[in-house]
Amino acid sequence: MTTLQTVFARAKADDRAALIGYLPAGFPTKDGAIAAAAAMVDAGCDVIEIGLPYSDPLMDGPTIQDAVHRSLTNGTRIADVLRTVEGVAKTGAATLVMTYWNPIDRYGADRFARALADAGGVGTITPDLTPEEAEPWREASAGAGIDTVFLVAPSSPESRIKAVVGCCTGFVYAASLMGVTGARESVGEAAQGLVERTRLQTDMPVCVGLGVGTGKQAAEVARYADGVIVGSAFIRRLLDAPDEASGLAAVRELGAELAAGVRR
Amino acid sequence: MTATDGTLLTPADLAGNGVHGDDPDVHGKFGVFGGRYVPEALIPALDEVAAEYEKARNDAGFLREFDHLLRTYAGRPTTLTEVPRFAEQAGGARIILKREDLTHTGAHKINNVLGQALLTKRLGKTRVIAETGAGQHGVATATAAALMGLECVIYMGAVDCERQALNVARMKLLGATVVPVTNGSQTLKDAINEAFRDWVANVDRTHYLFGTIAGPHPFPEIVRDFARIIGVEARRQMLELTGRLPDAVAAAVGGGSNAIGIFHAFIGDEGVQLHGYEAGGRGLETGEHALTLTEGSIGVLHGSRTYVLQDEEGQTIESHSISAGLDYPGVGPEHAWLKDTGRASYHGITDAEAMDAFSLLARTEGIIPAIESSHALAGALKLGREMGPEATILVNLSGRGDKDMGTAMKYFNL
Repeated sequence: MTTLQTVFARAKADDRAALIGYLPAGFPTKDGAIAAAAAMVDAGCDVIEIGLPYSDPLMDGPTIQDAVHRSLTNGTRIADVLRTVEGVAKTGAATLVMTYWNPIDRYGADRFARALADAGGVGTITPDLTPEEAEPWREASAGAGIDTVFLVAPSSPESRIKAVVGCCTGFVYAASLMGVTGARESVGEAAQGLVERTRLQTDMPVCVGLGVGTGKQAAEVARYADGVIVGSAFIRRLLDAPDEASGLAAVRELGAELAAGVRR
Repeated sequence: MTATDGTLLTPADLAGNGVHGDDPDVHGKFGVFGGRYVPEALIPALDEVAAEYEKARNDAGFLREFDHLLRTYAGRPTTLTEVPRFAEQAGGARIILKREDLTHTGAHKINNVLGQALLTKRLGKTRVIAETGAGQHGVATATAAALMGLECVIYMGAVDCERQALNVARMKLLGATVVPVTNGSQTLKDAINEAFRDWVANVDRTHYLFGTIAGPHPFPEIVRDFARIIGVEARRQMLELTGRLPDAVAAAVGGGSNAIGIFHAFIGDEGVQLHGYEAGGRGLETGEHALTLTEGSIGVLHGSRTYVLQDEEGQTIESHSISAGLDYPGVGPEHAWLKDTGRASYHGITDAEAMDAFSLLARTEGIIPAIESSHALAGALKLGREMGPEATILVNLSGRGDKDMGTAMKYFNL
């Protein structure tokens, strides 16, 4: 099992940023998600975030909403998410689950943390869990030995950044812009400033997500961040592909472009 | 002071803490319910709204302005109407209606939107967004936005746009942009998701004018306080009319704002039972209902810990009701708290029971209620039969039924 700490140490030694890819479990199909994640790893992703599909993804833009909707329509359950994590972890990538809080809350925090660790997962990203409500999850995660990643945003004042990084282990997720997930023409101008403000509060790696979709953008973000997070752009390749094989090829191609970007 | 002179509001009327000490705690919790489960990006905006509201609720100028609008624009105070012919079906109990249907725009929603529109101006924001189910909150928001010169965008599930076409036209006429939401179940819950997505991207100049007492803190508290005037007036009017407090207060519960609005002033009155009526839809056994408090489980939806209709893995289950305004799989955290503390009790009313009460009130009293409010009316009929002829029941007639004529025409083959 590759830990986040190993990933960031290795990237640092190579003098590059880590590449983090996101894909919801069960999309395009249950097995297809494992194959697509494996292709992402093959192409150069160091970390994979497996999304736990949720009926009310209020932080997600149309691309991820679409993928998540298809996944839920495919009947994806938490057991499938865990099976996906297991499959992806075997590729050697550090594997996280990205999920809204309610599915964990309902499943049971301790039970979910243990199940995720057993599947080879190394942690979670929880976009709607703020420091005030995070205690039960932090305890459960510490008990299971997995990392907890939370988000800071361009709107976060110093006091909030301090509170959020105090809850993070592994890395800090810096949202590049005020908005939902989805590839954009340009990465938010606020991103670099947010990373700098976050670094004043922590020595932990700071990774940037939201709006990154090209090698050029990855290179730009890699200049100031420890990791570059890409989700919707991978999903878009799969949504637009006429069949699974060409989808995987497109994912591989994008992965290679981004991997080159973080090494520029 | 009578109901018609002096001011309608005092700081204590607006602020729950001045009356009963039951405001949420610093994290917005009512017991274990409430809180904030939202992207970190929105926390500063929620803090800003909470801080500005705290100033406003203690500002005599704000209260004066709100009071003036309620009186001269919304048409407050609304009257009480006793409905003896309707009550014949309730075992002879006295039934008295609080006539929120007589407010400007035709539903209690106007109270909250006027308060929040004033707050929007204090926040220095120029744009409001809102979700709507039945369209009543959308119409009310568009109305307040027109009145105060604010840009207005309303998110409404595509399914709801269709069944409430008249309200869509009203919103457009009032100058609002109506965005049909086509993802998920295409109803109120998805409209809320979409409004949050807009808010996080445009928070600098936009206030999310939340329509019910759900959502992240401080919305449950703010919306309650602005709706609270319903019960403040009704309590005073009941004492004038009957010389005593009612034995029970009945209200429909979707998100729960009209119910908390009429309940809240009575929470400290131990002898007054509080009954909320949820949409039983086609019946519990069919799975097509919106029985969030009575059949749901504790979870997190739209930023708040509360009762939720969800499966065993936390996926939201789609609700059903003939009434778009009650068709919501969550509920305000304060109702969850009132349920768990036993102060209020909650029951289901099916589509059929609600529609019977709808037509009964029309035929016996010449009042066409909203289908939402008809759930409370049906509840009061049952309650009267249980409590006996000595009982007096106050019902929140939260809105009028004009908007429901399409549904009624189909249902009754009119």
